This record gives sequence, structure tokens and C-alpha cells, in this order.
Amino acid sequence: MTEDEQRQAEEQRLAQAVEQSDIAISVRGIRNAFGDQVIHDGLDLDVRKGEILGVVGGSGTGKSVLMRAIIGLQTPNEGEIHVFGESMVGRLDDDALAIRKRWGVLFQGGALFSTLTVAENIEVPIREYYPNIGAQLRDEIAAYKIRMTGLPAEAGPKYPSELSGGMKKRAGLARALALDPDLLFLDEPTAGLDPIGAAAFDEQTRKLQETLGLTVFLITHDLDTLYSICDRVAVLADKKVIAVGTIDELLALDHPWIQEYFNGPRGRAATAAVSREKNKAAQTPPDGRQ
Amino acid sequence: MNKAASLAEEQSDGGSVLRLSGSLAIASLHDLPDRLDAVQGPVETIDLSDVDHMDTIGAWTVHRTAKRLGSQISGAHPDAQRLIDTVGALDDPVSIHPDSVPALRRVVGQIGEAVSTAGSTMLGLLGFFGATLVAAWSLIRHPSRFRVNAVVQRFEVVGVSALGIIGLMSFLIGIVIAQQGSVQLRQFGMEMLTINLVGRLTFRELGVLMTAIMVAGRSGSAFAAQLGTMKLTEEIDAMRTIGVSPMEALVLPRTLAVIIMMPLLGFYASILSVLGGAFLCAIALDIPPITFFQRLREVVPITDLWVGLIKAPVFGLIIAISGCFQGMQVKGNAEEVGLRTTAAVVQAIFLVIVIDAFFAVFFTWVGWN
Repeated sequence: MTEDEQRQAEEQRLAQAVEQSDIAISVRGIRNAFGDQVIHDGLDLDVRKGEILGVVGGSGTGKSVLMRAIIGLQTPNEGEIHVFGESMVGRLDDDALAIRKRWGVLFQGGALFSTLTVAENIEVPIREYYPNIGAQLRDEIAAYKIRMTGLPAEAGPKYPSELSGGMKKRAGLARALALDPDLLFLDEPTAGLDPIGAAAFDEQTRKLQETLGLTVFLITHDLDTLYSICDRVAVLADKKVIAVGTIDELLALDHPWIQEYFNGPRGRAATAAVSREKNKAAQTPPDGRQ
Repeated sequence: MNKAASLAEEQSDGGSVLRLSGSLAIASLHDLPDRLDAVQGPVETIDLSDVDHMDTIGAWTVHRTAKRLGSQISGAHPDAQRLIDTVGALDDPVSIHPDSVPALRRVVGQIGEAVSTAGSTMLGLLGFFGATLVAAWSLIRHPSRFRVNAVVQRFEVVGVSALGIIGLMSFLIGIVIAQQGSVQLRQFGMEMLTINLVGRLTFRELGVLMTAIMVAGRSGSAFAAQLGTMKLTEEIDAMRTIGVSPMEALVLPRTLAVIIMMPLLGFYASILSVLGGAFLCAIALDIPPITFFQRLREVVPITDLWVGLIKAPVFGLIIAISGCFQGMQVKGNAEEVGLRTTAAVVQAIFLVIVIDAFFAVFFTWVGWN
């Protein structure tokens, strides 16, 4: 083998290893500081492919800052961030752009473009990255994304100001899903929704994650969301991720904040709800008839 | 990494077969949708056995083609089949574009809407003026509720901080009038009349008018934006629930400040314009300032000053009322604040000029010309 071939083979092997490895996002030794105020110091986190990772932490622990660092809206002072094996810190080149196309982000308030209709909002990423897709097909894609995120059929021509909070979130989700991303970032998706709307949104997220094989990075304060859809939960405190694991694994830990969080009055209520669900499921015969 | 999607048409004994291969994902579709659209049926089967990767957009492309050509889908990987089934289940009519309206009806509708908006705005402005008067009257009956600090603070924002820009503008306008006037008057050998021109024009009209435009741009817009933002953040509602009247706490101090500041600023602007005129006359026309001011006293009647000073508070009232009115009309979103601020300035300047025309007729009628 010539040297060139050898190098090519090596590159291919590496690329394959990245494809096959089950880590979607790897964050190593991140330090974020605003002036004197240090938000993260030596933060490590891995997000596995195909999981829903819930990120929790008290107010001001930098959950949103961590998300902004991963998606490149905020350059960390130190540390490495790899998404699908590509280093992302401070990169603006085409390879990094290709990775950017593989994620969708739902911001806290939906962040819909207020001068565009819902359908136009969904079409923006398609129009921007894939101008080869014709107007007819683009409208059809927007149409099934609208249905897919559970928006009503007449939502397409409406402007964001005409939508309720829950519909804005769904429209934001539809836009995040426009390019069929592999990776979805959700920043407090159920904040400000009523419990029924929040449960429906959780259900939708779970269903989409299963159908599309998404990896979801989900920031939340909502204990019900954590219990009902998250595969693992990462806890941010003391400028680091202090623990990652299933809720049962976290409960076994002896950290005061984690105990307080999951065993406080709200945490107990959510646990009780989950066990009620389980009991109900156990009482119902497997064929669903009672 | 992923192979581009490709398409082959084959004839077999069961009818024609559309064979898709490669990656049916948005990044590798390229012109496949167009090529699929170009295929004329009938096609018996769409064969997906060579497709190695698919996303929902690829699945949708397959689904719509199969639906159009009435074909069977075969050989799909279970994952791909699941995606096709998922998007197929979502294939319901969904409205995407707003209903289109015929051009004629749209134009007529827009004109009607504009007229009714203009009418209701004027009516609303009148109503707001009335509400301000009512608030002022209740304040006169309960003078202890008068917010001296708020008014004095507005004096500074509206008046004192505007001195620099209004002074500079007026000085330059004085220079321009004198310069342009002297060029024309020289043709008749009557350059001395430049002094009449500068003196009478600035005291009667331009001093106050330009000040009004500047104040509308500086303060009228600020009022609209401030009150509009407070409306959005529900500060004004909070005020009402605590029992503080926004008319008394926000609108009256601003209105009063502008009404009092406008004559002062207008007088100041007129003086600066005259100075500008004197400056140009001294430099370009060799009229010494002493002569300039002596002649100014002879040719500018004192009524010219009164004309300006009487108009100024009225202009101030218009500016403050339209700024506050538009601010209080804000509802919904942040975009509205911008629109209302623009509307406040445009409305104020327009009304000031309309009222100015009425004043011109009125003062001629009373003989102050």
C-alpha cells in the first residue's frame, strides 16, 4: 500500500469509528465565565446516540449556557466540544456547517420569526440549505411537519402572534425538525404550558424520538417530563455535571441537592404519579381489555 | 459518506418498475424529486431494496410519487417502511398559504381599512385629549396629587437635553435662509431685505415649526416607545390595580412638560436662527451685526414673536398627546411598539403642520401680519 492509500484507509477507519460509536455529543473540560462570574468550570458530559438526556439544575447553574456552548452560540473559554466526532468550538467551516445541519434547536420562547407565517418559518431552513427543493414539495414538507408536531391543520398561514404559547412551542419544534435532524435541542419545552399541554408535548417528543431515531438534549425544570420521557438525567451543580444516570441511579446518590430535588414535595408528587401509572398498567390485562 | 440518491426505470413482466437507490435523505436528494415528478405513469412498483438510508423527506418523496402514479412500494427496509407509513398517515390537507383574495377586492379592502383606521385614530386621539383634560381637571381639584418631580424630570429630558441639537439646527437654518434669500434679493439690489426675511420668518414660522419637528422626533417618539413598552410588560395594568392612574402618573407630566418647554425651546431656536442669519450677513454681505440688529428691531413687529409663542404650546400639546396616545394603543408584540412609535412621530408632525396652516389664516384675519 502506498502512503496515500494508507492515510485514506486510516481516515475511513476513523470516520467509521465515529459513525459507530454511540456518543453523539462529548463535552470535555468546558469553562464558561462572564467577567468574574464563572458558570462552568471543568464540565464533562456525554450524550449517547438515540437517548433523551434530561438536563436539570437550579436557576443560574448554566443549563442554557451549556446548550448555547454546544450549538456554537457561545464560545467557551476553555475545553473541547465534539458533536458526531467533529470538534465544534469556534469552527465556522463547511464541515462544521454540515454538522450544524444535523441538529435542530427549540428555544425557550419558540423564537419564531415574527414576520413570517408558521409554514414560512418551517420552510426557512429548507429554503436556506436546499434551494433545489421545489416550492410545491417544500409546501408539502411543511404540511406534514405541521401534522407531525400536532399543530392543527389551519395553523400554517397564521403568524406567531396569533398562536397560543403551546402552539408556538409546537411550531418551533416543527421548524427545528424541518431538516430531519439527528440531534434535537429542547430548552424548557414544557415551561409555561398547562399540565395537559405539557403532557401532550412530552408524548409528542417521545413519539418523534422513537420514529425518527432522534438524540434529544432536553433542558427542563419539569419533574413529570423527567420521569415520563428521559432515558438519563444529567444534574448540573457546583459548575459541573455532578451526576448522570437514570433517576433511580441518581436517587441512590447521596448529594443534598439531588435528594432535595427529587424528594421535595414536587418530586414526591411526580414519583407518586409514576407509580400510580405503573400500578394501573399492572392491573390492566396485557390485551388492554378490562 | 452517503451515496447520492439515484433513479432507474425498468420494464419487467409485471409492468414498469422504478428502482431507487442510494441515500434518500434531504442532503443527498439533489434533483431526485424533480426527476420523479417527470416520470409519467403508470408504474407498477417502486423498488426500494437498494436504498441504504432514508429520512422523512425522502419518505415523503416516495410516498407522494407512489400516490401520484398509483404504485406499490416494495423492498423497503423496516425502518424505511415505518417512516413511509408515518408520513403517509400525516397526508391530510393542511393550509399553508393565506387564502388569496382577488386584487380588486384587496385594493378596495385596503383603502377602506386605511380610511376607517385614520378615522378611528383621529376619534381615539380626540378621546384621549378629552381624557387628558379630565385628568388635568381632577388634578386641579386635588393639587396634592400633582407629581412635581416627574414633571421636572421631563423638563430636563424634553428641554435641557434638546438644547444642543435644536440650537445647532436653528443656527444652520438661519444661515441657509440668509444665504438663499440674499442670492435672490441681490438681483433686485435689495440685500438689506435679507434681514427682514430672516427676522420675520424665524420668529413667526420656522423657529417654532422646526423645534416642533425636532421635539416630535426626540420626545414624541420616546413617549410612544416608553408607554408602549410599559403596556407590553403590563406595568400600566399593575399601576391601575395599585390605584395609580396612568393618565396622572405618566401622560400628564409628559404633556405638561412639553407644553411648557415648547415656547422656551421655540424662542431659543428663533434667537439662534437670527444669530445664524447675522453671522452670514456679517461674513458674506458685509452687514455688521450692529446694523443687522438695529434693522431687525425696525422691521420685525413684536406681534411676530407673539405669533410664534402662541403657537408653540399648542404644537407641544399635539406632540405629547399623539406620542402618549400611540404608546397607550400598543398591544400584542414588540413589533407593535416600533409601528406605534413611527405613527406617533408622523401623526404629530402632520398635525403640527395642519394646525400651523390654520394659525396662519387666523393671524392674518386678526391683522397680525
